[in-house]
Amino acid sequence: MTTHAQQFSSDADRTTRDLEQRAQIQSALRSYEVARDAHKSAFQDWEAARQTAAEIKWDAVNHLDQYLSEFAEKLQARGTQVHWASNAQQARDIILNIIRANNARSIIKSKVMTGEEIHINEALEKAGFEVVESDLGEFIVQLRREAPYHFVFPAMHLKRGEISELFSRELGTAPTDDPEELTMIARRVLREKYITADVGISGANFAIAETGMISITENEGNARLTCALPRVHIALLGIEKVLPKLRDLALFLPMLATAGAGQALTCYNSLYGGPRQPGESDGPEEFHVVLLDNNRTHLLADKEQRDALHCIRCGACLNVCPIYRNVGGHTYGTTYQGPIGSVITPHLRGLQDWKHLSNASSLCGACTQACPVKIDLHHHLLQNRRNAFTENPAWREKLTFKLFRLVMNQPRVYLFCVKLSRLIQPLHRFVDGTRLDPALGWTKTRKLPKIAPQTFKEFWQNRK
Amino acid sequence: MKVTLFIPCFIDLCYPSVGMSIVQILERLGHTIDYPEELTCCGQPAFNSGCWDEARDVAVRVVERLKDAETIVIASGSCGAMLKVFYIELFQGTAYEQKVQSVANKTFEFSDFLVTKLGVTDLGARFPARVTFHDGCHGLRELNLKEQPRTLLSHVRDLELLEMPEAETCCGFGGTFATKFPMISTAMGDGKCASAQETSAEYIVSNDSSCLMHLQGLLDRQGKPLKTIHLAEVLANS
Ligand code: SF4
Repeated sequence: MTTHAQQFSSDADRTTRDLEQRAQIQSALRSYEVARDAHKSAFQDWEAARQTAAEIKWDAVNHLDQYLSEFAEKLQARGTQVHWASNAQQARDIILNIIRANNARSIIKSKVMTGEEIHINEALEKAGFEVVESDLGEFIVQLRREAPYHFVFPAMHLKRGEISELFSRELGTAPTDDPEELTMIARRVLREKYITADVGISGANFAIAETGMISITENEGNARLTCALPRVHIALLGIEKVLPKLRDLALFLPMLATAGAGQALTCYNSLYGGPRQPGESDGPEEFHVVLLDNNRTHLLADKEQRDALHCIRCGACLNVCPIYRNVGGHTYGTTYQGPIGSVITPHLRGLQDWKHLSNASSLCGACTQACPVKIDLHHHLLQNRRNAFTENPAWREKLTFKLFRLVMNQPRVYLFCVKLSRLIQPLHRFVDGTRLDPALGWTKTRKLPKIAPQTFKEFWQNRK
Repeated sequence: MKVTLFIPCFIDLCYPSVGMSIVQILERLGHTIDYPEELTCCGQPAFNSGCWDEARDVAVRVVERLKDAETIVIASGSCGAMLKVFYIELFQGTAYEQKVQSVANKTFEFSDFLVTKLGVTDLGARFPARVTFHDGCHGLRELNLKEQPRTLLSHVRDLELLEMPEAETCCGFGGTFATKFPMISTAMGDGKCASAQETSAEYIVSNDSSCLMHLQGLLDRQGKPLKTIHLAEVLANS
């Protein structure tokens, strides 16, 4: 087992025992489900909408080269500088160079998962810059110096009391249980930062090729301030964010809000098309768009799993995933948690190191059913398992399934095994559930089923 | 009609009464049963573990034996999904593609066969108990079996069907997943049992013995009185 796999198993072992945390996550996600279903019914036909969304993304992803250059040209025409980063290191260098060239000191960020992916905060802090997250959830996890728990709801694992305690400790504020007061505390700190920050960094939810604009959707208004106030703006986004036409947003914005947060629309939806133009009174003087590959082209080259690039990072697959609901977000150890993370992380960061995530699934398919852009998530988990085994078969598994094939394809051997198991089974009770039990993976928490005194095959034989 | 019966390995081995109940029900309805004794497993454990070559070798035998059948009935939603959905994936682009598709087309999970193919909903069964129905994920999401088992249960005399909260949430079995990640599988199973208990049901009924094997194992280990039973056994009761 790789260290990542060991980490996952031991963390899962711990988190599944944390009943309080499990209950909190599950009750939050249950309320989400109720809200989501209410807003789904506002769509005339949710299934047809999913199909259309999938087709639009299919077109975007299968003509990515065309749409990306269209997007870049349109942006450049209005004075935006477009940068292409093939990996995390390049993206960090590009961003650091922009910041240095502007003699900037402090940076404000709105929520950007690609930033987590390339560990931009660590890089900026190491280089001596101050970075502040402006999304409330991100602000909280930044103060806790931990990774987001969920790529849409970064601080969903924390109770109000914990947040209040954190604020008291880190910001010296008086303890409070009032959610509004907690928000106000963060807001007071952040307002100050918006004004003093020289650079704003954001992500993008969609990149519109037709008009050369990025679309950002949010509920707190923090992204608007991040984009509007600082002198320099940098948007970091994955190359798969492209949508061909502006009108596609008419479908994707409500769909993202509904699937992701159980809202009809998020509170703020903004489009940014570049730096301040002559005659305009606000907006950044410099506008940079950094397009990140970081192995997305690896997925693009995989015909079977290319549709994983359709992902609009709504988080619906996490929200319904029984694994996510039980192990929680940190256990994954990835930027993208839940089913989509289990599918793409092996492509982004190495199959052998991350194949355990594809195994850690009951293949129930709730994710595939929930995904608004119809990514065949649980089948991709199966394909990852196959690819991992083909590339590097574990000897134990290899032997097991060679034996399996022998037993299942030779009725005589099968019958012999049945008889043998029946003989051995009475002895099992001496080791049942103990460390000597060869079936401990099962018997630690479950009784083994008994082999029937008469199998169906024997019943059939007798009947004849 | 001549019905070819596919009894998955673990039903043969541990839950033969499920198979016997199906035989009893189908014969009572006037059908003849053809049971290919030489078949054992559909190959799903190998498929799910990524060992597709081994899975294919097992599946080829199944397809060869079943290809001339008139209708195939299978006693599990999960193995049904293997034959109807995953075989297609397994044999995509091979010479077997057509044969596999034709087997898939005439394969029915047991409850689906009764309700959709035969149009039978009342088997004259009686089962005096409060029960809740657990949807096996493969049956539910790969084969769209939601109403069929409930329709059948609604006609059983003296049976009270209670829907549990989150009936569609996975029980945590997931084949090899159950032993590779026992802590997650158990946490999921505990959640399922708690939902079922909330309804005050005495039985969890399902059309998938694999889910029930996992749930019954948990219940037995914890000494809980809740019991599990396969749909076919309920329907064969009078
Ligand atoms: S895979 Fe689908 S459900 Fe999951 S985050 Fe992406 S778009 Fe949403």
